[in-house]
Formats: sequence, structure tokens, C-alpha cells
Amino acid sequence: MKDIHLIALAVNGNEHEIVVESRRTLADVLRHDLGYTGTHVGCEHGICGACTVLLDGEPVRSCLVFGVQADGCEVRTVEGLADGEELSDLQKAFSRCHGLQCGFCTPGFLMLSEAYLSEQDTVPDEAEVREVLAANLCRCTGYQGIVEAVRQVAEERMG
Amino acid sequence: MTAWVGARVPRKEDRRMLLGRGRFVADMARTDTLHAGFVRSPHASATIKSIDVSAAKRVDGVLDVLTGADLGDPFLRSVLERDEFVPTKMPMLSGDRVRFAGEPVAVVIAEDAYAAEDGAEAVEVEWETGPVVMDIGAAVAADVEVHSGTRNCLVDLVMFDDPALDRIFADARLTIEATFTSARVSGLPIEGRATMAEWDDRDSQVIVHTSTQVPHQCRSGIAQALGIPERGVRVIAPDVGGGFGQKCVVSREEVVIAAAAMRLRRPVIWVEDRQENLTASVHGHEQRYDVTAAFDADGRILGLAADITCDIGAYSVFPFTCAVEPLMAATELPGIYKVPAYRARGRGFATNKAPTAPYRGVSRPQIVLVMERLMEKAAARLGVDPIEIRRRNMILPGEFPYTGVNKITYDEGSYLESLDLTEKKITEAGWYTERDRLREQGLLAGIGFSCFSERTAYGTPTMSQRRMRMTPGYDTAHVRMDPSGEVIVTTGTSGHGQGHETTFAQIVADQLGIHPDQVRLRQGDTDLTSYGWGTFGSRSIVIGGGAASKAAASVAGRLRKVAAHLLEVGEDDVQLADGRAGVRGVPDASLPIAELARVVHFQTHQLPEECRYGLEARESADPPGTFSNACHATLVSVDPETGDIRARKFMVVEDCGVIINPLVVDGQVRGGVAQGIAAALYERITFDQEGQPTSATLMDYLVPTATEICPIEIHHLETPSQFSENGSKGMGEGGTIGAPAAVLNAINDALAHRGAEFDHIPVMPEDVLS
Repeated sequence: MKDIHLIALAVNGNEHEIVVESRRTLADVLRHDLGYTGTHVGCEHGICGACTVLLDGEPVRSCLVFGVQADGCEVRTVEGLADGEELSDLQKAFSRCHGLQCGFCTPGFLMLSEAYLSEQDTVPDEAEVREVLAANLCRCTGYQGIVEAVRQVAEERMG
Repeated sequence: MTAWVGARVPRKEDRRMLLGRGRFVADMARTDTLHAGFVRSPHASATIKSIDVSAAKRVDGVLDVLTGADLGDPFLRSVLERDEFVPTKMPMLSGDRVRFAGEPVAVVIAEDAYAAEDGAEAVEVEWETGPVVMDIGAAVAADVEVHSGTRNCLVDLVMFDDPALDRIFADARLTIEATFTSARVSGLPIEGRATMAEWDDRDSQVIVHTSTQVPHQCRSGIAQALGIPERGVRVIAPDVGGGFGQKCVVSREEVVIAAAAMRLRRPVIWVEDRQENLTASVHGHEQRYDVTAAFDADGRILGLAADITCDIGAYSVFPFTCAVEPLMAATELPGIYKVPAYRARGRGFATNKAPTAPYRGVSRPQIVLVMERLMEKAAARLGVDPIEIRRRNMILPGEFPYTGVNKITYDEGSYLESLDLTEKKITEAGWYTERDRLREQGLLAGIGFSCFSERTAYGTPTMSQRRMRMTPGYDTAHVRMDPSGEVIVTTGTSGHGQGHETTFAQIVADQLGIHPDQVRLRQGDTDLTSYGWGTFGSRSIVIGGGAASKAAASVAGRLRKVAAHLLEVGEDDVQLADGRAGVRGVPDASLPIAELARVVHFQTHQLPEECRYGLEARESADPPGTFSNACHATLVSVDPETGDIRARKFMVVEDCGVIINPLVVDGQVRGGVAQGIAAALYERITFDQEGQPTSATLMDYLVPTATEICPIEIHHLETPSQFSENGSKGMGEGGTIGAPAAVLNAINDALAHRGAEFDHIPVMPEDVLS
């Protein structure tokens, strides 16, 4: 007999009710039960950060959160960043700065950066941006384009 | 007239990735898709006494459990047609003996991935463990054999055996003997391997979506292992989350998933987890070089001999074979230096570890490390400036094309210019002052250089010298313009992060006088593209792009004919630019290219015979290979208290000939350097004495983050290649090739006054502290 639960969560503003096994990760709930496949799974042990989503505004590794823990929560994923078909300033900066190559780690870096930038009231220096981005792994870019993109958006948003 | 080649064109790939709308294999599971989980050996060496799947089949959600016997014991055997090579069988699911911890022995097919793992745990295997071979020393001793009757040596090649060498070593002013080693590492793409297969009754074929760099090779491997015709398999690489060589060989799991889908007539998906990726996927770069080198009093190298041994793991990968590292190393060791006399022996030894495969750089990070360390050692011993000694030995302007002692012809490069510019740039940027400042702060600090070239775009003329039964090299492109004047290009190369959708479009757009947005690339689908060899070995822009360039030029010729007819001018007077076919010297006479395409397709009767019936062409490219080159420099600090080593500054002066897109080139350089720094300072696949993997998570295998990788400054030189269609040279691996030697030289510069010297990578804090 499976250990199942009814949970309700909002993803990018869309309300979902769903039955899940207690052991099912939030990453699998998002990707396979709800179809938000933009969130990627890279290590399943909380190191690479590819699966980072915002849970009630805070960045979390969705591979380390169970779906049942997201009951009643608001989740924001990479699919929620753009305004319709219009890329957000952060997404545009990633492209402009060549902050992605294969694109697999990109959703995690975008969500991590989005959470970080939303808390800033001054333009951070490069060392601080690197410290924050060190939460996630990228194998293609050498990080420079990602760091530059986040710095540029910080400057733009601070005017 | 707009030239797209050379422009910093933003990538076409970016938008879908940024929106979370990429399509990776793991995204493709549907509600009817079954999930596979592999049962893997917990032992590095064991005989299988029995496999009992009955309990596993009763697990909730499990549909079936398959062993090798259930699938007819499929295997692959990769072959080098040389007497010095010993072919071995690699079973897709081992039935009698396992040779490394992580080797697959059965697969569980279940309703979801959770149930598949439950099922895998319930499979009962009776093992009889045996002794293990865990390093080259034990492999050479051959008290235990990984493959019976081989004495563990699966390839043994002696090349360029110059009889004068012993005399040269005896007589030289300086003869150096040294040993260099590099640890086993993983390419570690952030997307691990993943495969989804389903049977398609319409075409009587199994469709295999897989995260691969080499779709056609994968198709051939699956067909050969399962004994079915190639048309019975269609391999599709959707978006692929990095490869770095790990996905340029055919995985056993790819074959098994295809076989399972054929048997069950249901879609089956397998998504590798990170532990599998670190333990059961391929590794690379575990090598040892025992080297003797002779120099004259001025520091000119007189002779070089190397005994190269590679730990190739338990199996010979398909189709490259386990000879890929020893062959590359023995052939290319002299690199950019003029070595008058040379001898190399390259051997590959089997051990009870996961197989090795071509990881980014393939032996060249090691051979560059060897040569760059030799230059530094000779300079120190002879009292010659370490930069100057390189100038005295490298192939110089005016000497190209240069054919070396290793029978390789080096096309035009900028070896001296890149070194000179690097030295100038770091001096101007105050690196030497910074080094002194760090030393005053109590840190050890050093600057290291690395000069190298990177042979890229190995076509059949070069690959055939390896004598592989499956010889890669050529590639074919098809360019087709549709009635609205837009273009589809197909290629057998298969990008996975390199931006080919953008760079191929730039190449084709220039030939046809249209915008890159009007060009789409179709790649990674064996039913849609001509047989091709995929993306590895920095080959795609020169070979795939070269073929696309030729095919587009052919279509452009047809367009000019059509325009000449409609405009009533001479064909040679027509030029294609900015979306129009114009007439030289007559600004008012022109037609949109889209109008030409419309007429060719919809009113073909208006045209003379030779202009009718479509606008398309197919061309192949098969170059001998071309050498890009670079000079790397890095400023490294070493904390004497903690042993912490940091690469603080990094500079690259690189020359990849004609640059198609500077954005992409810089990205490849930076990503490559990051992997090179990783190999020099952080990453190491490890095992205990029983052969248990001890680097099975990302907490043990240390991939550097944004705080370990410093900003990388890049300058470009542009020496076009006469061996490539558009003057470009491949450059996908150079960063990884050059960086380890530069970092190691910098560490040695930092520690020189303490009498410490390292000739191995990675250098870890514990090395410094001891």
C-alpha cells in the first residue's frame, strides 16, 4: 500500500491539487506530475543546484524537498520568469553575456540569481556575486558569463 | 554587404533554454513511459554464481527484470586492426563475470523510477569475489588478469624508434629523466546520461532518444550489439546537457534500453543518477609518463623518449577502443617543439575500474604538461630563461608548414606570437608586481606558462592511421532552400552546447546572402541526416561547418544562375547579399532571394533546364586536420599554512584561425580552462584498495565553483588554416589542454625556493603541506 497524500500548491501562480507518494521529490512533482520540465535534475543530492526553484520566495534544491513539504506553498520555476514570450532582464543578460552553453544548469542559476537579486539594494561586487553563485555548478561556461550577467542586471535594477 | 562570420551573433539556442523550454531526454517521459533501473555490481571483480529476479518481479510497480541472457547476451567489441592491439568483449549486461564496481548485470523495468530502484534492490545476485587490479603497477605485474590471457596489456605500440637516441642521451650536455602523472577524472556533464527508447510499428524500428554526442555511432553500436540492420534503429539526440567526451562512446545502457523497448513494445526511459555517472560512466586521463630528454647547452632539445602507460579501466570503449589515449599521446607528444630524435612506447593496461574514453583533450593535457615541465626543468638546470628556452625550441614563423619527427604536418600557427603577446600582456597588467605583493603578504605565489597547439578536425586521412575498424573522420551536410527563401541545413555533427545552430547559420548565411535567422540546423537525428560522426575532437566547425559551407556555396551558384536568367545578365555579375541577388555595378537591378526561390519551386517551367527543380546540395568535408594554438599564463597563490592553492589570474592568447563567432569561441576557451584548472587542482576519481569507488558523490569529487575559477582574460590572433574550408580551426579542447601545465608551472614557480617540485596533477593541499 503506497503512502499517498493530497497536496495543493501554486506554481508560477497556477493552482494545482495532486496526489503524491510521500517519498516523491518536489523536482519530480514539478517535472513529471505537473509538466514543468524546465527545472532540471543534475545530482539528486543537493550539490549541483540545477533543480533550484523558489519555494515561498526562497531558493531551494527541489531534489531535496519532498512534494508533500510544498503543500500549501507557492513555487516559482524558470517557466515563471518571462512575461509571456518576453524574456526578463535576467534572461536577456544571460544570453547577452553568454552565460549558458548546453543550458542544463541554466534554470537553476536563473532561479538562484533571481532570488539573490530580489534582496539587493546596492550593486554587489564581483567577489560577492561569485560567492553566491558558488551554490551551483556549471560545467560549460567557466562561470564568467553568468557572473557578468548577474552583475549587469544588478546595475540595471539599481538604476 | 553583411558578413556574419566573425560577428558576435547572440545564440539561437539561448531562448528556449532560458525559458525552460529545452527538450532533454528526461523531459520526454510520458505517462505511458516505463522507467528503467540498473542492477550494478557492488564488487570490482567477481564471478556471478546466480541471479535471482523472482523477488524483484513481485515488487509493487515492477513489470519486468531483464538479464543479459534474456536479451541474447548482446556485446560490443571495438577493434583496432593492429597486431599490437588485443580486442576484448564488452557484454551489455554481464552474465558471468564483472570487472568493475558499477558494472550493469540486469535492468528492472517499472512504472516509475522509484519502483525501478525498489526492484533493483530486490534482485538477488550471488557473487564470488576475486582479486583486483587497481593500478598500473599491479596491471603490469599481471599476477591477476582482468581479461584472461591478456596479461592486462590491451595495446602496446612502439613508435618512431630512433636508433640514435641512446647515443644522444649519453653525449648531451643535459639529460633529464622524469616521471609525470595525471589522475583519473570525469567529464561530468551536468546532465548525466539518459536514454528513452520506443518501438515504432510504422517504420519497424526502435527510436532511441539519447543524450549523445555521436548519434550515428550510437545507431551503429546498437545495431551491431543487437544484430539488427542499421535501418532498424533511429537515434535522436535532443538537447544534450554537455558531453566533454563522456557521451562520444556508445553506452551499454543505451543498447539495453533499446533492447528493452523492443522486447516490451513500450517506451522505456533511463535517467542516470549522479552516483552512476561518477562510478559507472566513463573516465579519462589516468596516465603516467616516464620520460628521458636531452638538451644542448643553449637549451635546445636534442632527443626525447617516453614510456607512456594509461590505465584504461576494464573495457575497450566502442568504437574508439582503449587505444585512444596511448595512441594520441605517443603520436603527438613533441607538440609545438622541434624534437630531432624521438621514441615513444604507448601502452594501455586493463584494471578493475570503469572504462576510459576520450575526455576533452584526450592525452594532450598530459603531453603538454610533460613538454612544458621539461622546458622549465631544462631552463632551470642550464640557467636559461624559461620563456626564452621555449622560443629556442618551438616551430617559428617561416617554418610552416612543418613536418615533425612524428610525421605530423603542422599548418600555419602563431606559436611565437602568442607567447610574445602573453608575456607582454601580463607584464603590462602588473602580474609580476602582484606576485611580489602576494609574497610580501606571506603567501607563496608563482606565474606559470603553457605553450601548445591542438590538432583538431581529425578527418579520415588522419584517423585512418589509427586503423580503427570503424574509422571516423568525414562529415556530410545538406543545404536546402525552401520556396520562401529560407534554408534547412543538415549535418552529421551533433552539437550539445557549442552553439552550432548559430555558427552553422552564420557560415551558410554568408554564402547565400541571407540572414542567419533564415537558416535552421537539423542535427542529431540519424533518419534526417547523412551518416556522420558526431561532435568530438573539436571537429564540428571545420568538418561539419566546412561541408555546410561547400553545400551552401553550391546552392548559391544555383541561385546566381537563376538570377542571371531572370535579370538577363551574366552569372558572374550576380552577387548575393543582404537578402537580394544584385548585379555588380548596376544598383537598381536586383531581385529578392525569396523571389528566386519562389520561381524555382512554383514556376520552375520559366527557367532553363539547369535551373529547375529545387535549390539544394549535398557536400562532404574530410580534412587532414588543422592545428589551433594558444599560450596560457596563470598567477597562482599557495597558502603555506593551509596548503590552499588558488589560480588568481588567467590569461589566454589563442589562435583558432578564422573565428566564426567570438562569443562562442570565448565561451569554449573559458569553459575549457575551468576544466583544466579543475584537473590541476581539484578533481580526482578515487578507489579504495578493494576497488570500491570513493568519489561517488559531488561531495567527494570536487567540481570547482564560481569562487575557484577566476576571471579568464582572452586575446585572439587569427592565422587562417589552408586545410579548412573557411580558414577556421577547431578549438573546443584547447582550454582544457593548456591550463593544467600552466597551473602546475605556476605552483612550481611559487614553491621553487623551498626546493619542492611537483610533476603530477592534481596538486592538492596535502601535497603542499607535506
